[in-house]
Amino acid sequence: MKKPSVFLFTFVIIYLVFLYAPIMLLPIFAFNDSSIIAFPLSGFTLEWFVGLMSENTLHRALKNSLIIAVTAAVISTCFGILTARAMARHDFIGKRPSFGLIMAPLFLPEIIIGVALLIVLIQLGVSLNIWTVILGHILICTPFSVSILYSAFNNMDRSIEEASLDLGETRFGTFRRVIFPLVKPGVIASILICFTISLDEFVIAFFLTGVEPTLPVYIWAQLRFPSKLPSIMALGFILLLLSLVLLAVFEYYRRKSEKLIGKS
Amino acid sequence: MASKNMMNEQMVEQMVELSNIRKSFGKLEVVKGIDLNIAKGEFFSLLGPSGCGKTTLLRMIAGLEVPDDGAVVINQQSMNGVDANQRPTNMVFQSYAIFPHLNVGENVAYGLIKQRLPKAELRKRVDAMLKMVDLDGYYDRPSYALSGGQRQRVALARALILEPKVLLLDEPLSALDKKLREQMQDELRRIQRTLGITFILVTHDQEEALIMSDRIAVMFDGNIAQLGTPQEIYDKPVSRRVASFIGVMNFLDGKCVSKNKTNIVVDVESLGQITFPRDMIPDDTSLDQLCVGFRPEMFTILYDKKDKAENEFSSIVKNVDYYGDMSYYTLSLPQSDKDIMVSMRNTSGRYVYDLGEAIRVGWRSSSLLVLN
Repeated sequence: MKKPSVFLFTFVIIYLVFLYAPIMLLPIFAFNDSSIIAFPLSGFTLEWFVGLMSENTLHRALKNSLIIAVTAAVISTCFGILTARAMARHDFIGKRPSFGLIMAPLFLPEIIIGVALLIVLIQLGVSLNIWTVILGHILICTPFSVSILYSAFNNMDRSIEEASLDLGETRFGTFRRVIFPLVKPGVIASILICFTISLDEFVIAFFLTGVEPTLPVYIWAQLRFPSKLPSIMALGFILLLLSLVLLAVFEYYRRKSEKLIGKS
Repeated sequence: MASKNMMNEQMVEQMVELSNIRKSFGKLEVVKGIDLNIAKGEFFSLLGPSGCGKTTLLRMIAGLEVPDDGAVVINQQSMNGVDANQRPTNMVFQSYAIFPHLNVGENVAYGLIKQRLPKAELRKRVDAMLKMVDLDGYYDRPSYALSGGQRQRVALARALILEPKVLLLDEPLSALDKKLREQMQDELRRIQRTLGITFILVTHDQEEALIMSDRIAVMFDGNIAQLGTPQEIYDKPVSRRVASFIGVMNFLDGKCVSKNKTNIVVDVESLGQITFPRDMIPDDTSLDQLCVGFRPEMFTILYDKKDKAENEFSSIVKNVDYYGDMSYYTLSLPQSDKDIMVSMRNTSGRYVYDLGEAIRVGWRSSSLLVLN
């Protein structure tokens, strides 16, 4: 093994500090016994976490966010399955353009999507509620789902499907008994990543949410009150832990998916 | 001849009848109008180099590919518009296509589950089938823990348990090592004889086709070049291309010098004038440019001074390929720089010649073939 150069080593350290030091402030101030976010630290407390328990608006926002995230994750994963399957196995006119359009939200600024959807919805006379947020989130989650599932569908040995047909199973039966079980870890991974994206998403939710805020929108609103800042730190810390757990589980299923498909 | 053939056609019960089957992928026509009948209980091989259309033809019999033109009839029933899952055929795939999320027993029972048998009956039939393919006691084994040979057996059991009229095998042995391949060849043959099911095997391995088949169709470029028993194909190849694909064949140039009603005299390169029966030469052959061929084992090396042959010549060993049971000698023909291959069986105590040694080679004019 070559010894890393001093320059590269310093670069990596600076990089990591800039990336993660601000995040490390979350747990530090979440447990700090002072309503002012500043050093020196004054003592250990769980007060801010306890305080979260009695915030009714927070609970409503959390409930909204969970409903939105679960619904958006499930629906975009369904779309993801259909799209990935069609892209991997079927040829039709306009395949590439439609694939491009489905993946486009990945590269469009969210603020553009948010504003555009808002204008369209208002023109159509649709009132803003959690369903409008779900709609926006499906739009941005589906490309992620497609990219996770496409490789699962595409890497599957075609003759496995043919063998099922040849053994007398119908096309739907083949999907149920062979294809779905093989892509299942990919599906779970897709649901998890879509859930995490939807839960964290702010811009689109900010435009499309009506009187029912989501968690990020709630957090943003609280930032106006300096006294609430330690509570936000505590909440942020919980969300950080939750995201890490979800990502770890996602990675587990993604690897399992690769292994299962690779074996066939 | 014609009436005799018709008699045969009527007496033999046909299992698979293909007429004028055509298939193109894009602009490339891979199957070019094939007519073929395969009898009930026959072990039939489609033999050819890769890209000759043999696998596509097999897949059209299975219903996994739809012909552009022509008819597939299986067991006297037209298969046009019949999907793969409704056909009385089952297939062993080249990759085996074992379901990776199911164990051995579940793989074998996969197609049988549709028949809604009582659990005990299902288990009994799966166990019996596992026994037949020599996988007794493997029911609960996860499929990823299987070796190549075992995967192959599972694929075979999974297809046979549905009691198909026709079993289709797509290069089933190509991924196995030599020893295992030879063992599986015997076993497939044994299973086919026991069950009496029609087997259609796709292979590029001529030896495999010769060993296993009742009949072989040699395919080139989407057409059947020759159809016959292994012996017919080996002994009387219809063309130089078939001859060089099946086994080893030496080729010499020839020219017709005279002919009458029954015979034709050909001047063969460095072997002299040889008389062949007239019916051996196909009508459309150009008589000025004939190809004469013989198999390495049709010429003999004369070991003893007392050994005599119809014709003989002397030569020098240019190369020896020693296979243990056989030796293949490369020699040059008299008054020619053309090399030929002659093989001899190494019976016990027989001398194996070395490079540069002088030898005598004997041959009979009946060992030679005239080819297209």
